[in-house]
Amino acid sequence: MPGPDIERVFRAEYGRAVSILVRVFGDIDIAEDAVQDAFARAAERWPADGLPPSPAGWIITTARNQAIDRLRREASRSDRHAQAALLHAGPEGGRSVAGGTGYGEEGPVRDDRLRLLFTCCHPSLSPAAQVALTLRLLGGLTTEQIAHAFLVPEPTMAQRPVRAKGKIRDARVPYRVPGEADLPGRLAAVLAVVYLIFNEGYTASTGDELTRPDLCAEAIRLGRLLATLMPDEAEVMGLLALMLLTESRRAARTAPDGSLVLLADQDRSRWDRGLIAEGQALVRRCLRRGHPGPYQIQAAINAVHSDTAPRRTPGATDWDQILQLYDQLLAVAPSLVVALNRAVAVAEVSGPAAALALVDELGAAPGPGTGPGLAGYYLFHAIRADLLRRLGRPADAAAAYDAALARTANAAEQAFLRHQRDQLSTPT
Amino acid sequence: MPQYLLSMYQPDGDPPPPEVLGPIMRKVSAWNQDLRDAGAWVFTAGLHPASTATVVRSQHGDVVMTDGPFAEGKEHLGGFTVISVPDLDAALEWGRRISEITTLPCEVWPLRMSDGG
Repeated sequence: MPGPDIERVFRAEYGRAVSILVRVFGDIDIAEDAVQDAFARAAERWPADGLPPSPAGWIITTARNQAIDRLRREASRSDRHAQAALLHAGPEGGRSVAGGTGYGEEGPVRDDRLRLLFTCCHPSLSPAAQVALTLRLLGGLTTEQIAHAFLVPEPTMAQRPVRAKGKIRDARVPYRVPGEADLPGRLAAVLAVVYLIFNEGYTASTGDELTRPDLCAEAIRLGRLLATLMPDEAEVMGLLALMLLTESRRAARTAPDGSLVLLADQDRSRWDRGLIAEGQALVRRCLRRGHPGPYQIQAAINAVHSDTAPRRTPGATDWDQILQLYDQLLAVAPSLVVALNRAVAVAEVSGPAAALALVDELGAAPGPGTGPGLAGYYLFHAIRADLLRRLGRPADAAAAYDAALARTANAAEQAFLRHQRDQLSTPT
Repeated sequence: MPQYLLSMYQPDGDPPPPEVLGPIMRKVSAWNQDLRDAGAWVFTAGLHPASTATVVRSQHGDVVMTDGPFAEGKEHLGGFTVISVPDLDAALEWGRRISEITTLPCEVWPLRMSDGG
């Protein structure tokens, strides 16, 4: 009985417990060790004693008491680190969870998980470290799980949170929600980390499987948490809606053999209507706010796609509206990738010839910095190939499919591209 | 209170002409004064060009000297400031301001403090 119970409590409460303990002791390692100890103790006790009335409260109290006992032992051996942590915890030994942070002024929102999230996504940390730390401290994922999810060797992945925690400690990265002035920029970094986790789950960048559902579930869980903690931020709502609407198509996106199915060819009866309803409701709330941002507009585009009823054909998609939304997206968040996606909508509204002209123009544009531009991006070639196919230029299309194939390491995407290429009619 | 080393890195070669450098240096002075007014200033120094530096290495009892700075490159340490502020965000904000003034990158590096901070 308690095995799944502990697992469920762990998934739901690990991040909250760690974030509270970080505030109490001012130290991430102490907090992590204590919370892990508390769950180990729960695994011993709960099977015999049954689930406590408040499992989360039990974990937090147990972790706090264990940490204090351990720190007292270490402090008596004149361990200065332990002394500092006890001092941070205050005269009552950290029992006043509602107390101050000891780190100066409060942000506009008082929730420890939010503080921890902003600390994990601090701009002084590399994006890879931000992702690893967020999954570990707020999601409770082990190094092994994170390494597996990102197909990074475990020793490499193990280094990231260790280094990041060392930097947070030594450079004194503050444990707080940024003030109003810094909030937009800092929140954008947090949203980027959550969306990065989601995207890596939705289209695994390498490996045999197209998706890694665990990462998507974790990103959506973080998105829901953010939406609860920052209900006034329209972009937070937009990101959650975008993830829910994208996730709603997961089952329809892969064929039984694991290969990729394009949006236009998907069996719409396999879309998750519950997720679509939730995502569309969020999009409508965003629209009422009237502060559009990149995530909200992308969510709106996905909401239009989802509008197509189960038994209606893809032709029923309102491409005019999608194109308008892409125009809006390009205005608020101009990028070559957005322009490329817009070209796909142009193909539906004005035909493949107009779209191909746009795509070729984009392909000639230089990338950001010294980057390779769109020519290094597999989707650029895949989209070009599809447009060339529709224009009746199979030889050119085949070459473009080959170019796309050379630029993705995902086996499901490769299989799809090969299939498309082999379907081309041989030129006479 | 934690302390941070703020290092300014500048390209080697001639400094900008006086009409460009003058206004920048006035703003740098104002930044220094702001640091003092905020009680955050600890120490500041500007350096002569990297070509004036010498690296001294003691090897097996011999001393080997090398003309020039330790790190090869097109940019070198031009000056540094030590500040004392509550946390990294505060240090990064002072770094952001000086980088904006000088248009040079500023490296923010926490000092290892003897009191365990």
